[in-house]
Amino acid sequence: MADGAVPRFWREIPQRYNLIGNQCGACDRIYFPPRESCPYCRRKSMGNMKEIKLGSKGKVVTYTIIYVAPEPFEGQAPYPIAIIELDEGPRVTAQIVDCELEDVKIGMRVQSTFRKIQEDGYIGAIHYGYKFKPLEVKG
Amino acid sequence: MKDIGIVSYGAHIPRLRIKSSDIANAWGKDPGTITNGLGIIEKSVPSIDQDVATISVEAARAALARCSIDPQTIEAIYVGSESHPYAVKPTGTIVGEAIGATPVLQVADYEFACKAGTAAIQTCMAFVKSDMIKYGMAIGADTSQAAPGDALEYAASAGGAAFIIGSEKVIATINETCSFTTDTPDFWRREGRKYPAHGGRFTGAPAYFRHITSNAKILMEKVGSKPEDYNYAIFHQPNGKFPLKVAKMLGFSSDQVKQGLLCPYVGNTYSGAVMIGLASVLDVAKPGDRIFLTSYGSGAGSDAFDMTVTKYINELPREKAPLISQLIENKKYVDYATYTKYRDLLYEE
Repeated sequence: MADGAVPRFWREIPQRYNLIGNQCGACDRIYFPPRESCPYCRRKSMGNMKEIKLGSKGKVVTYTIIYVAPEPFEGQAPYPIAIIELDEGPRVTAQIVDCELEDVKIGMRVQSTFRKIQEDGYIGAIHYGYKFKPLEVKG
Repeated sequence: MKDIGIVSYGAHIPRLRIKSSDIANAWGKDPGTITNGLGIIEKSVPSIDQDVATISVEAARAALARCSIDPQTIEAIYVGSESHPYAVKPTGTIVGEAIGATPVLQVADYEFACKAGTAAIQTCMAFVKSDMIKYGMAIGADTSQAAPGDALEYAASAGGAAFIIGSEKVIATINETCSFTTDTPDFWRREGRKYPAHGGRFTGAPAYFRHITSNAKILMEKVGSKPEDYNYAIFHQPNGKFPLKVAKMLGFSSDQVKQGLLCPYVGNTYSGAVMIGLASVLDVAKPGDRIFLTSYGSGAGSDAFDMTVTKYINELPREKAPLISQLIENKKYVDYATYTKYRDLLYEE
């Protein structure tokens, strides 16, 4: 049975796969996820928001370890969830993978990786997107 | 005639490993006999959030990180695998979107047991040669299945590699390729079934060895070469023993095979096997090196390639993506219970 989440995930593919945010043409502030208008420039930003592909790198601002996970993520617990500041400025919430729980540190450099986020049971669609892992290649 | 070949490459191997001895212990087998008999020390295991789509995307992004090719100029993506996440819904669509190559793009998923990746290379070559596309991307990746307790469980692992095929700044020219195919049911998975079945010892002489040796000889005859003309030889590696044996049968030394033989450390990555073997060779190759590659896919067929590394290999910043040696080194062991959870072995059909 197809589920109602398919169109919602499909609409968000650019953000989830490639961290596509946008930038206000008036004040240059960058947003992720993208916004319809800039809350600072308001009318001046209308029709003036430019798409921008954010880089894959950032650092951990803060994190927590999830021990009691929501049902679709039960098999993965315990796992870290972090707020990551991308090098361009915006902050995203994401799971940290390929890292021991005790090795997750505030300030650590991370890069995005493409992973399965959740699936709609055994017959529904599979949804992919970003998670973050420790930086592999320096730079 | 223009040179066609590999312009860039990238690979991905999941970080989790399970030791052959741990699987043997779980099933009451002698760990020493199993490990030595198969020549596999440990194998890679996909984590719960990894599948052929995620491995393919990571490999494709690694290939793009090493070059300055605009993803929009990649006009074809072929993903070879026998463990595509969907039976219907191409993995290549997910890869195309994730690397920014959509929407003016030709995509198809391939399946030919362990040789679907090399079939993808051949298709991309033909497209480039006929000027239908500028660049094509060929991927071979698998998170291969094995029934609990089956002999395949010691080998079936996860990994893959992506190759960008083109005709400009080619780092390895593909001089010649040929294929050898027959109807030989040595290994199969029926529609809708979760695990494959195989013909046991029948997978050896009439299947793996016949197809690889026949095709390798046809290729060497075509190009007029001898085993000693090659610096590296890569053979399909369902275990650690077969590739060394087939190399010896053909007159290649174990030194020629070593760099491309990864099965002892990561297991059999099926469609990814010769692909990551080739990536491992390209990690260290120098201009002028000649590479011999022969894949094998059950069912059965073999694709063979004769390649020459060019001066452009020195201009490719190989350090911009993880080398195979780094991917092998970056590992974390899991026990058999965790493995069953991650591989979804407890789910009843």
